[in-house]
Amino acid sequence: MSWAAGTLILLGALLAFSGSLGLARLKTFYERVHPPTMGTTLGTGLILLGSMLHFSALEARPVLHEILIGVFMTLSTPVTYLLLVRAALHRDRAKGRDPLHGAPEGDQGER
Amino acid sequence: MKRWLPYPTLSLALLAMWLLLNESAAPAQLLLGTMLALAGGRLLAQLQPPLGRARRRAWAAAVLGWLVLADIVRSNLAVARIAFHPGSRGRVAGFLAMALDVRHPGALAVLACIITATPGTSWARYDAARNVVTIHVLDLIDEQAWIRQFKERYEQRLKEIFE
Repeated sequence: MSWAAGTLILLGALLAFSGSLGLARLKTFYERVHPPTMGTTLGTGLILLGSMLHFSALEARPVLHEILIGVFMTLSTPVTYLLLVRAALHRDRAKGRDPLHGAPEGDQGER
Repeated sequence: MKRWLPYPTLSLALLAMWLLLNESAAPAQLLLGTMLALAGGRLLAQLQPPLGRARRRAWAAAVLGWLVLADIVRSNLAVARIAFHPGSRGRVAGFLAMALDVRHPGALAVLACIITATPGTSWARYDAARNVVTIHVLDLIDEQAWIRQFKERYEQRLKEIFE
C-alpha cells in the first residue's frame, strides 16, 4: 500500500515539476500560463490520492477530507488565472499591441 | 420548507463539507453542520443569485464530469511533453474566438472552470453582448475541428444541464 501511495505522490510531484519547467522554458506570457495548471489539476489530484491511500491504511479507517482540497483548488484557480490573463491583456493593450487583434473586439459588456 | 431550505443541494453540500472537515459524523457535529447548512442556504437566498433553477440532470452531469477528467489527464500529458521539448515540431499557440450557444451564468461559470482546469487552454475574455468567448490554446492544430469537438463534448451537455 505504501508503495502505491509513494508512486502516486512521486507522479504528482513530477507533473508539478514539469509545470514549473514549462513555466521557465516557454516564451510568451500567454503560453507560460498553461503549464502550471498541471500542478493544480492532475498533479494535486495524484498527490491527494496518494495521501488518502496512505493515511487510510495507516489509521485503518477511510480518510477522505483531501477531497475538499481538490474541490477548493478546482473552484479557486480559475479566478486567479482569469485575473492574471486579464491583467496581461490590459498591459499589452496599454502598450499598443493587442494580442487579440484577430479576435472580435467589444469591450462593453465584457466580463 | 422553502423558507428554511431555499437551496437544498447547497445546504447538503455544506453539511457534507462540515462533516468531512471534522472527519466525524457524531451527533454534535451533525447539529453544527446542519446549522451551518441552513445559515448558508439562507445567506445565498439573501444574495439573490441570478442562477435560475438548474434542471436536475444527474446523468448528463456525471458524463460531463467523466469527460472533463479524461480530458484533464490527456492534456496534462500533452502539455508535459511540450514542457520537456518546447521547440520540437511546428507548434502554434494562439487565441481562438468561439461563439457560444449557452447563456446561463451557471453554465458559463462551469465552462470557465473546465477551460482553466485543462492545461493547454485558458479563458481570456468573454463578450456578453455577442456571447463570444476568447480562449488561448497552447497547441492549436485545427481551429475548426477544435471548436466542433468542444461544442459537442461540453456545450451540448451544459445546455442539457442548465437550460
